[in-house]
Amino acid sequence: MAGLLDQRREDRDEAEIPTAGMADIAFLLLIFFLVTTTINVDTGIGMTLPPKLDPNQKPPPVKERNLFKILVNAQGDLLIEEEPASIGQLRRRVKAHVTNYGENPDLAVSPDKAVISIKTDAQTPYDTYVEVLDEVWMAYREIWDSIARSGQTPQGDDVGLDQTYSSYQEYYNTLDPGDDNKIRDAFGAQISIAEPDTGE
Amino acid sequence: MSKFQRGSSDTEPEFTTASLPDIVFMLLIFFMVSTVMREQNIKVRTQLPQAEALTKIDQKRLISKIHIGPLKKGENEGQTAIQIDDALIENRRAIRNIMYNKLQEQPKLIASLKVDQESEMEIVNEVQQELREAGALRINYSSNREGPPGGNN
Repeated sequence: MAGLLDQRREDRDEAEIPTAGMADIAFLLLIFFLVTTTINVDTGIGMTLPPKLDPNQKPPPVKERNLFKILVNAQGDLLIEEEPASIGQLRRRVKAHVTNYGENPDLAVSPDKAVISIKTDAQTPYDTYVEVLDEVWMAYREIWDSIARSGQTPQGDDVGLDQTYSSYQEYYNTLDPGDDNKIRDAFGAQISIAEPDTGE
Repeated sequence: MSKFQRGSSDTEPEFTTASLPDIVFMLLIFFMVSTVMREQNIKVRTQLPQAEALTKIDQKRLISKIHIGPLKKGENEGQTAIQIDDALIENRRAIRNIMYNKLQEQPKLIASLKVDQESEMEIVNEVQQELREAGALRINYSSNREGPPGGNN
């Protein structure tokens, strides 16, 4: 009996799982994941909120000339330094303010002392606020771009870059996490979101 | 002529497809790993604003999303609501506790504010005050690049 079984086994081909359809199955799964994958990177305007106010401590005083006040009302109209203005002028005026270096007595003494303050009304549309914030950031971006291209601040100080870059973004991309951002160290941005009125 | 004869008598030439499944599987595994299934069911409509001065957040782990916008459905449809993770926030005072707990788990937390562009600043300010109470100071106003009309995410 055993001999007969052995005989039979020898005659048979070796058993195999057919793998021809494997590629098809894998392709099907692949297509499913290809279709469902969304590689979306979160983009946005980064801000740092001021820390919680100590009620016993007054906020540090900022000289009037260093402060660049932007008010946005419920209709989305702008008031720049107490004068009605349009959003198109904002970028140019912010740049003039922060790159003043003490020249004009009404504008900032130096870039690191300049503060851009944005104040909104309760009914201000959010997209107007983002638009204003974006313009202010773009003013700084344009200054940073020129620093990246020339390696010098608008006043002519050397920033200490190893090479020049075509834009600030290109320089930023070369930085590793934890590296010092030399451009921002030399020309920082102070944007303040004003405390909302508490109705007092 | 005789050479031709010999050639045609051979077995037909074929590509070796034996390694095809391996290649496909490799691609498959890549996409499986990189796919993030949308774990959140977003109950509020957030049409993001558009901006130019954008920064990318590469580290997804740091992000905690706060959605602010009108409710998509339900009896209060159209009313502005706040959603963190999967839950709608009923009491706005609760945000500070939620964010504080998140901050304990991830000290480098970035609160990504996904605010509908038609919202009013009042609710945004309120959320910002809560974030300050919680100590979650790094925020990001989520916005799309200017140009094509923004997606709804």
